Amino acid sequence: MSDKAPVLEMRNVDKSFGPIDVLHEISLKVHEGEVLCLLGDNGAGKSTLIKTLSGVHQPTRGQMMMDGQEVRFPRPRDAQEMGIATVHQFGGTYPLMSVGRNFFAGAEPTKGFGPFKVFDRQKANQIAVEEVQKMGITRITDGDRLVGGLSGGERQSLAIARAVYFGARVLILDEPTAALGVKQAAHVLRIVNEAKRRGLAVIFITHQVMHAMAVGDHFAVLIRGAIAADFRKGEKSREEIADLMAGGESMADLEANIEGYMETHDGHPPPPAH
Amino acid sequence: MSSQNGNGSKGISLGALARRPETGSLIGFIVVYIFFAVLGGPVFLGLPGWSSWLNIAAEVGIIALPVGLLMIAGEFDISVGSIVPAASMMTAMLGGHYDAPAIVAILAGLGVGLTIGLVNGLLVTRTTIPSLIVTIGVMFAVMGLTLGFAVLVKGSTSVSYVPDPLTKSLMGQFVKGFSVSIFWWLGLVAVFFYALHVSPWGNWIFAIGGDKESARNAGIPTSQMTIALFMASGFCAALVGVLQVMTYQQAQVAGGQAFIFNSIMCVVIGGVLLTGGAGSIIGILLGTMTFAVVNQGIFFAGLDPNIQFIITGALLLAAVLSNDRFRAMATSAAAKK
Ligand SMILES: Nc1ncnc2c1ncn2[C@@H]1O[C@H](COP(=O)(O)OP(=O)(O)O)[C@@H](O)[C@H]1O
Ligand SMILES: [Mg+2]
Repeated sequence: MSDKAPVLEMRNVDKSFGPIDVLHEISLKVHEGEVLCLLGDNGAGKSTLIKTLSGVHQPTRGQMMMDGQEVRFPRPRDAQEMGIATVHQFGGTYPLMSVGRNFFAGAEPTKGFGPFKVFDRQKANQIAVEEVQKMGITRITDGDRLVGGLSGGERQSLAIARAVYFGARVLILDEPTAALGVKQAAHVLRIVNEAKRRGLAVIFITHQVMHAMAVGDHFAVLIRGAIAADFRKGEKSREEIADLMAGGESMADLEANIEGYMETHDGHPPPPAH
Repeated sequence: MSSQNGNGSKGISLGALARRPETGSLIGFIVVYIFFAVLGGPVFLGLPGWSSWLNIAAEVGIIALPVGLLMIAGEFDISVGSIVPAASMMTAMLGGHYDAPAIVAILAGLGVGLTIGLVNGLLVTRTTIPSLIVTIGVMFAVMGLTLGFAVLVKGSTSVSYVPDPLTKSLMGQFVKGFSVSIFWWLGLVAVFFYALHVSPWGNWIFAIGGDKESARNAGIPTSQMTIALFMASGFCAALVGVLQVMTYQQAQVAGGQAFIFNSIMCVVIGGVLLTGGAGSIIGILLGTMTFAVVNQGIFFAGLDPNIQFIITGALLLAAVLSNDRFRAMATSAAAKK
């Protein structure tokens, strides 16, 4: 591991929404050229964690550091300006806007025109189509096309292409593969590897252990808002990771229990516990 | 081709043209115009006809522009109906009752609109109450305040004001039957066209209306933008109030309520989605013209004035249906090859 300070780090971060505590004492770091996989069940707090990292939410307690310096992101724009690009779990595209306008929403290229700023549609469309094609979506050739006519996977790819384009240092992807087919998911994993190769720090959230193992260097498992395990590639098997995600209870133990029950109960499985 | 590319430069195919929602608005305008041209005859086709419907179009059009932008951003502003009389009362009161210089009276009137817009914007962005409800509340509050203020100071519900000749010629004059408001309206059309279709901020408005949360996550200052839009609509409604004082030389406490529905009608007939996210200035312009032609054409055609409600209602329904069809077509993943 390099001695360089992590690109992005959380130290003892808590996040509550009023009386609801969602994150407790989260400490995480991600280095250049490294993929941190964040695993956890639904409702574990993964999205809340990355929203805190990307300036959507403010931490209730604790610190966030970039290159060893404490940082604060009062607005999403502040995180973006530091080179952190995020693809949030839901939304991210505007169906009634063109591909070019979607791609540059919030960061529009402009042409100078005295005091008047002019949205540079040609440039926006050209870059957007180029970047989306790089992502393997070759069907998109017209930047004026409305995004509403694209498939879910194509829209997700557009959102990722946008983040890759704007994410100078950190790329955060919240369950990018959840809505995708097998081929498209494989494509996203390739993009993650490519971003890592280019020296970006990547935080990749997923449900699928296989996806995580395909790209992750470092893993953190979130259970009910706390880090339940933090380990590096090769330190745990696929089964162990799945067990951790299931809430710490080992799948193997569960199976042994069921078998033990069946032996003493004439081969009947135990009644389902509620 | 997307609806927001007002400056489209590439070859526009017939098919792409047919998919633009403004095309429906243009057809609607042509049909309505021909209908009244046939019934109204040469008088409607000549200067008297044009001046009468353009004068109506200018007043409602000045308000329809910002109301349209707000609708694209997913918000409604009902309070315009009480800003018009509030601003004209302020201007007439200062200029007519207190003899303040015209410029002071005008700026105070416009200031009333900006302030109410700011209040609307703050209430909408700081709470989770829908803007429809917030602005209805603000409308009644402003109505009450205007009435109370007028009765308290003047002891009456109307105040008269005779502006100086220069002010009169800039804001309240008729040239061959055409009101100077038409020029104010056309100037504002250019300003709003720039804002929505040329400047980068237009993209923010579409994005906010398309998906507010994503827009915020993308770094777009959604609250500031929403507040600015409410202030624009307050300003424009106040401008209409001021223009009315200069034209009719008096301010009334009542009146202005018609602008609420009429501006929304112009905007929807112009192809703006009630659900936000899409629309265009050209469409709003066409919608306003269509509304005004129906509104005035009735008299030239010698029809029962009540028929205008039937026609406007039918136009509105047709527009809502066709706008919705546009949205469904644009968002269906059925790929065109
Ligand atoms: N803005 C919010 N206000 C209150 N509770 C929230 C908010 N956002 C998330 N939560 C709660 O935090 C918990 C974690 O949610 P989330 O971070 O979306 O989980 P995950 O992404 O791991 O599925 C959930 O119980 C959710 O209800
Ligand atoms: Mg989530």
